[in-house]
Amino acid sequence: MDRVLRSVPDGYDWAIEARGLVKIFGDNRAVDGVNLNVRAGTIYGVLGPNGAGKTTTIKMLATLLRPDGGSARIFGHDVVKEAQIVRQLIGVTGQYASVDETLSATENLVIFSRLLGLGRKEARRKASELLEEFGLTEAAKRPLKHFSGGMRRRLDLAASLIAQPPLIFLDEPTTGLDPRTRAQMWDTIRRLVKTGSTVLLTTQYLDEADQLADRIAVIDRGRVIAEGTADELKASVGTSSLQLRVQNQGDIETARQMVERMLKVRAIVSPEAGKITAPIADADRVADLLITLREAGIRLAEMSVQKPTLDEVFLTITGHGVEDDAKKASHAPDGVEAM
Amino acid sequence: MNRSLSTSGSQLQLKNRMSLGQSVRQSLTMAYRGLLKIKRTPEQLFDVTFQPIIFTLMFTYIFGGAISGSVKGYLPIIIPGILVQTVITTSIVTGVQLREDMDKGVFDRFRSLPIARIAPLAGALLADTVRYTIATVLTLAMGYILGYRPDGGFDHVVIAAILVIVCSWAMSWIFAFFGVIARTASSVQGISMLILFPLTFVSNSFVPVKTMPDWLQWFVHVNPISHLVTAVRQLANHGTIGSDFAISLIGAAIIVAIFAPLTVRAYMRRT
Repeated sequence: MDRVLRSVPDGYDWAIEARGLVKIFGDNRAVDGVNLNVRAGTIYGVLGPNGAGKTTTIKMLATLLRPDGGSARIFGHDVVKEAQIVRQLIGVTGQYASVDETLSATENLVIFSRLLGLGRKEARRKASELLEEFGLTEAAKRPLKHFSGGMRRRLDLAASLIAQPPLIFLDEPTTGLDPRTRAQMWDTIRRLVKTGSTVLLTTQYLDEADQLADRIAVIDRGRVIAEGTADELKASVGTSSLQLRVQNQGDIETARQMVERMLKVRAIVSPEAGKITAPIADADRVADLLITLREAGIRLAEMSVQKPTLDEVFLTITGHGVEDDAKKASHAPDGVEAM
Repeated sequence: MNRSLSTSGSQLQLKNRMSLGQSVRQSLTMAYRGLLKIKRTPEQLFDVTFQPIIFTLMFTYIFGGAISGSVKGYLPIIIPGILVQTVITTSIVTGVQLREDMDKGVFDRFRSLPIARIAPLAGALLADTVRYTIATVLTLAMGYILGYRPDGGFDHVVIAAILVIVCSWAMSWIFAFFGVIARTASSVQGISMLILFPLTFVSNSFVPVKTMPDWLQWFVHVNPISHLVTAVRQLANHGTIGSDFAISLIGAAIIVAIFAPLTVRAYMRRT
């Protein structure tokens, strides 16, 4: 029973199980005991600043680097001992495009398809199918030198999907893309998971992990420092906050006093915006507060609950915040992770 | 349990080894890639085009009078010599280009694919036999223009040409090994030249061996390049296949037997 389950990915619950992965370059412990469990059929985000060890971790999971310590299994197959099997279960898209610059898009896909065992005709058909799906048909014959960054990424992803692998690694899939292409990429990734694939993606964009990933591991200096759903991570930072805007500016002071009395917390007023912000310690009391406000005749223009952002999560967990260079990189999206 | 992870996942036959047939087919696909690259960047062929022409002209007219008394008398000696030297020098480029190629992202994809580890290497080396063929044809053509009429006849010249191409392909595994272990493309060039220069010049390629000091003669006689040159001369000039022919092929086989596994292993270890 066990054997049967292991040779076929269907029915195996864990796409990735990594225990204490270590990779050392010189005296730099690039990855220092990473544990990951990724459930099949989900999107898993590995979030961290430049040089945190994200790429190195992916390279070990994708059999491109041999771990110096620990072990990892892909659908139950060891990445070192059963590397060739693991390679049949994964697709890898690096942060730089892993396609051939001198060749055309079609030629690239045909060669990869042929290498994966498709016949000449099948390979051609698969190539045109994928080009169509990724909106590259028009550029199919052009050499890649003339491709934009977004087109290259799409081709790169297309190449990873030839064998329809059950697990796909995406290393910073949207780094360096403009917002529109980025949104397209997100759609593509979501579509992938709908067809049953498992996706592990790394990112240094906090909102990307928030948007896409079912679960997130925050990685810093080669270690996983937090793990959970985006909501869990945010919740671990602290409470949500209530934001109220009153219609009549004159009511703001009365409203503030009511908020403080009802919620039993200190409220912050920003008079320019006419906004009151207060942490929600007990959600039940918010209802009472709203009723009291109505009874007092204070009309609200807007009411919202603000969850903590992942930026705050990162700051709280690491204690040192997103490091300066990473901060720069997230503003200038062409930052490339140093290996 | 009944969750379907991928349409093909269940049909996959997972094996941890590649069969020989698969390995050969994958190598041929990689060779096809190499040929496409040559087609797209024909400037890669500059060296194999001009080196045979320039070297043949230069050596023939510089050494011809001094060594054989006349250019025409020198041609049967120099053409096989220059043929071997030129084509084998060409095989250095294989290592250099492999190094450059491996630095590109596409090699990461090759490594992550379930293909034989030898395929990307064997494919690159196989595609480069096109370069050796061009160099061989051009050198022989230059010889013909200068007045070289080999007595062995066309068929034996063809056998000689194939022998040179096969031996150069074998030699290219050495440079491929340097290509895999070296840090930069230019260092591959450097190391390879350092090895190839003494090998090609301290041989019977250009001058009669008897004019050299004894200790150097000893090296010339064990130098595999000398045996290859002799084999080519016998074939082209006399139409005979001698022991040097066999020694050359055995030497080539030994080089491949040693360096192909070494190169593949180094390639797999490389991070």
